[in-house]
Amino acid sequence: MIDTFAALAHGMAVAIQPMNLLYALIGVFLGTAVGVLPGIGPALTVALLLPVTYKLDPGGSLIMFAGIYYGGMYGGSTTAILINTPGESASMATALEGNKMAKAGRGGPALATSAIGSFVAGTIATIGLAFLAPWLVDVAVRFGPEDYFALMCVAFVTVSATFGDSPVRGLTSLFIGLTLGLVGIDKLTGQARLAFGVPELLDGVEVTTLAVGLFAVGEALYVASRRRHTEEKLEPVRGSLWMTKEDWKRSWKPWLRGTMFGFPIGALPAGGAEIPTFLSYSTEKRLTKHPEEFGKGAIEGVAGPEAANNASAAGTLVPLLTLGLPTSATAAMMLAGFQQYGLNPGPLLFAERPDLVWGLIASLFIANCMLLVLNLPLVGLWVRLLAVPQPWLYAGILVFATMGTIAAKPSAIELSMLAGFGVLGFLMRRFDFPIAPVVVGLILGPIAESQLRRALAISLGDPMTLAQSPISATLLAVALIALLAPFVLKGLGRFKANED
Amino acid sequence: MTSGDSTQSPRRVDPAGLVIAALLAGLAAVLVWDARGLQSVAMYGMGPEAMPIVVATGLALLAIGNFINALRGNLPARESADPVPVLLILVGLALLIAVIGFGGGFILATSALFVTTSAAFGRRAILVDSIIALVMSTLIYLVFDRLLTLSLPAGPLERLL
Repeated sequence: MIDTFAALAHGMAVAIQPMNLLYALIGVFLGTAVGVLPGIGPALTVALLLPVTYKLDPGGSLIMFAGIYYGGMYGGSTTAILINTPGESASMATALEGNKMAKAGRGGPALATSAIGSFVAGTIATIGLAFLAPWLVDVAVRFGPEDYFALMCVAFVTVSATFGDSPVRGLTSLFIGLTLGLVGIDKLTGQARLAFGVPELLDGVEVTTLAVGLFAVGEALYVASRRRHTEEKLEPVRGSLWMTKEDWKRSWKPWLRGTMFGFPIGALPAGGAEIPTFLSYSTEKRLTKHPEEFGKGAIEGVAGPEAANNASAAGTLVPLLTLGLPTSATAAMMLAGFQQYGLNPGPLLFAERPDLVWGLIASLFIANCMLLVLNLPLVGLWVRLLAVPQPWLYAGILVFATMGTIAAKPSAIELSMLAGFGVLGFLMRRFDFPIAPVVVGLILGPIAESQLRRALAISLGDPMTLAQSPISATLLAVALIALLAPFVLKGLGRFKANED
Repeated sequence: MTSGDSTQSPRRVDPAGLVIAALLAGLAAVLVWDARGLQSVAMYGMGPEAMPIVVATGLALLAIGNFINALRGNLPARESADPVPVLLILVGLALLIAVIGFGGGFILATSALFVTTSAAFGRRAILVDSIIALVMSTLIYLVFDRLLTLSLPAGPLERLL
């Protein structure tokens, strides 16, 4: 306990240095500005802004990242409320009631409750992160390579199969990611795999190239292909921005309940903010004193899911920082940000670079406060960004997306890979394959492989080592159950599915 | 969600799904073919060829799973897509790659992408868009290359700056 406070205080001292405050401010600003653009979720926001942080020192860049992360989340909910295009599935619940509120001329209070709810949830969840992380680090130090491998199996299964619409499609995405993760020189033997004699492929597939291709280029192609089907309508923010007393009374409990859903679920290596946001939405719908307003713009339906969304975003940082385990696309991009400096999140990072980790956690608090102060007054500016005509918007997004790759590796092959991943992302959207498992597979696949090979080398090739460690045996059992559960449940639910 | 699409009856073979299954099976075959060329030099445990085989097995199983889904017509309903804008953007990306590859520089390359993408989204004012694109990419170049010292490829236009 005392240690956590001391560490956090030290982190605060790092975070409030003027330069770091400036980085956090730039991060929050850029994150919101990019996140507010329609169709751009937090993961893409982070991916697009990664190159901007190339030249900074790791501390400053991670602090900017904290700002981008929360800024992107907040920007996403603004878009969801004002034009009903949630950039990611976690904002879908927000769009449900928020857009109705905006249509009814209550866009101001909807934005306010989502901003303040995000602040409340983010602050509580960051405190949770600060206290949970050291404890998890203590647990994680005792993990052997076989336990890490088993943990990654859990993450693979939960990210792709358990919580998606279709386990087969989710696992297909994961295995595409795992395949991409194999490309390049094998670190243990120095042999090239899947490089086909192309020198650029020997270094493996860049996470940012994959993410920007799948998210940005894929999204642009997808939106272009179905331009005729959708008409986006921007709801003007009319009337007062401020919440009435009644609004406050109806919002504070959903904020807290949303946080209670969001943080624990986000902190599990299960991934996804969709589950807590929808849990929160249905809970608020059940508990509300104004059930007649649900579906027509109930403020509880914005406050709860928005808090849940932000709390789970902070929650996913728990497995990311303590175990190096990304459980969402955004967390995967954060991990790519760490790797850009050769830093590997995990128990070692807490021991070796406490200033960095605690500086980052403290910056999350600061970013949260900045968002609250910045966003409500600046909402007019964000709304104007939303009004950029679609052709220029997507043309600009593509220019920015390719710029990242051009700056990192200005080769025709790298750019062709970017375009190829864009086509892949387009096809996956069209045929409803989830995108995040590909990115998680690319990042975690090679780590899982090296942990497994290390475990087998230690046990002299005996695969029973996986079952002999109690941690690994338990985790593998969890992974197996999580893998089979959706198939079993689907079998049980088949009758029901046939009825509708 | 909004189903009620009567043309997509639940028991019709989906050709696109069959193609997806075939592609996955093909990918699995490539993995096995590539892994055969690797030498197992590990004394204990698994060599570099083990993981590709595991992934290939998974892909093969998923190809079967996708194949079954396609036969049952279990793919989610999708709206008709317009191929022209998609092709236009891909042409833009191809232009970008070509300009970068032949040393035309950042400004020309991204301007080409900007104009084609904007056209794909329905704009027909190519001249105006070209001017906007050139100004914007020049500004981006100046900010990122000169101010933030990110090295962006230089071509004839960049050397004039």
